[in-house]
Amino acid sequence: MKKIINNPEEVVQDMLKGLIAAHPESLKQIPNTTAIVRKDAPVANKVGIVSGGGSGHEPAHAGYIGEGMLDAAVCGEMFTSPTPDQVFEAIKAVDSGSGVFLVIKNYTGDVMNFEMAAELAEAEGIDVEKVVVNDDVAVEDSSFTTGRRGIAGTVFVHKIAGAKADAGGSLQEVKDVAEKVVVNVRSMGMAVTPCTVPAAGKPSFTLDENEMEIGIGIHGEPGIERKKLTSADEIAEELTQKVLEDIEFNSGDEVAVMINGMGATPEMELYILNGRVQEILHERGLNVHKTFVGEYMTSLEMAGCSVTLLKLDKETKQLLDSDSNASAFHS
Amino acid sequence: MELQVEQIVTWMEKANEKVQDNKEYLTSLDQAIGDGDHGINMARGFKEVVQKVSGSDYETASDILKDVAMTLMGKVGGAAGPLYGTAFLKLSASVKGKKSIDYGSFVTGLEEALAGMKQRGKSEQGEKTLIDTWAPVIEEMKKADGFDCDLLSATAKAAMEKTKDIKATKGRASYLGDRSIGHLDPGSVSSYYLFTSLAETIRGGK
Repeated sequence: MKKIINNPEEVVQDMLKGLIAAHPESLKQIPNTTAIVRKDAPVANKVGIVSGGGSGHEPAHAGYIGEGMLDAAVCGEMFTSPTPDQVFEAIKAVDSGSGVFLVIKNYTGDVMNFEMAAELAEAEGIDVEKVVVNDDVAVEDSSFTTGRRGIAGTVFVHKIAGAKADAGGSLQEVKDVAEKVVVNVRSMGMAVTPCTVPAAGKPSFTLDENEMEIGIGIHGEPGIERKKLTSADEIAEELTQKVLEDIEFNSGDEVAVMINGMGATPEMELYILNGRVQEILHERGLNVHKTFVGEYMTSLEMAGCSVTLLKLDKETKQLLDSDSNASAFHS
Repeated sequence: MELQVEQIVTWMEKANEKVQDNKEYLTSLDQAIGDGDHGINMARGFKEVVQKVSGSDYETASDILKDVAMTLMGKVGGAAGPLYGTAFLKLSASVKGKKSIDYGSFVTGLEEALAGMKQRGKSEQGEKTLIDTWAPVIEEMKKADGFDCDLLSATAKAAMEKTKDIKATKGRASYLGDRSIGHLDPGSVSSYYLFTSLAETIRGGK
């Protein structure tokens, strides 16, 4: 393992120290926690938006704190859900009396810890609502599994729910629009190299020089299928087709596209991928409203990518376009 | 015999030793079918548990179990934190106020712990989770009329080993489907450490 760290056990605390030092004007850390909140939290008369999850997905989630996006991000240990007490502290810090909305990615640990935090908050009289993001089409939705994972599409939920709260939406209205995004967003990812969790010290899986793993999540876990590495165009086709098959897209539909890097993929490769993705969407008669290319939801130094499509309507389009000063959100 | 406060401390110390000694093994099991952090998280949690309870003065068994619960909940994270935290919280609530725990109350407490974990994880037996160690152990304990360390240890071991054949339908491993078969469930293995530590504690006390 070759990494720029001090102590494998303290990477999260060390990262947060540097993060706060980089954005002292806009962020603060709640003392003795790994919860990062807007410096001006709680914002009066606004629904607070809290997300989070394991660390290692930077810039998710703290990079999405800002006006019109998140009020707080709770950073767990590496790829490990934050604990209920930490999430509870974040909820208390952002509640202005208008309630708090939780954006949770569909992983067993995240759902359990955030639900427990919501129970703690409700016991203190804070209104809490939540949405569970499950955009990953790699995992078949069936009653026999815990359901699909939440991956890069979560960033669209942050943006649109955050914009709704910023525009004065009630807790219920924020929940409604967030659920609309969840229904209309789909993603699929792949990897060409694995990543190494610092405390584990070795890669979570190994891939031969000519292999790729299709259908990975964002925790360095193996995907659903291992196969021979193909060209960027073929990867674009495989990922985009899987996404397009999963939800009804009609000619003329407007979509937002996210080509997300997993941490170690050069922008060059993401743009190469995007070239073919856009052609496929054009051939399908879809109108691309906006495209995001870059690192939004990473998996440490994993090389790979994911393709996300969000079907837009008038409301979600307008909320996606509204301003946010979150440090990591840009198209 | 009844389980005393000092024995619960010993139980946690033994469990911690096993988790620390097998930290990398648990992590490697989790890397095969999960996200590879179970050993790291359990080691962090149990280290804190031992720091909290060793050398502290507890009036009742339920107080120490509650501290174990809160520490695991606050330090482990992931799915294991809420599940083990819930288990110890339910066990503590079930024996509330008791200075020591008689066998019948302990088994009832474990049953409530199991029910709590099922509810928290929305999971049942047979889904390749830690429940697959807990459920058979409790089933056998119900049939016995007192602490039997050999039975406890052997049942937990057999149950843990059986998870190798199960296809995961809950938790991170469920995403692998058939690829999860042939691997032990990391949570079942850490649960085996917990029960075998309890067995050793009881054996030591005889």
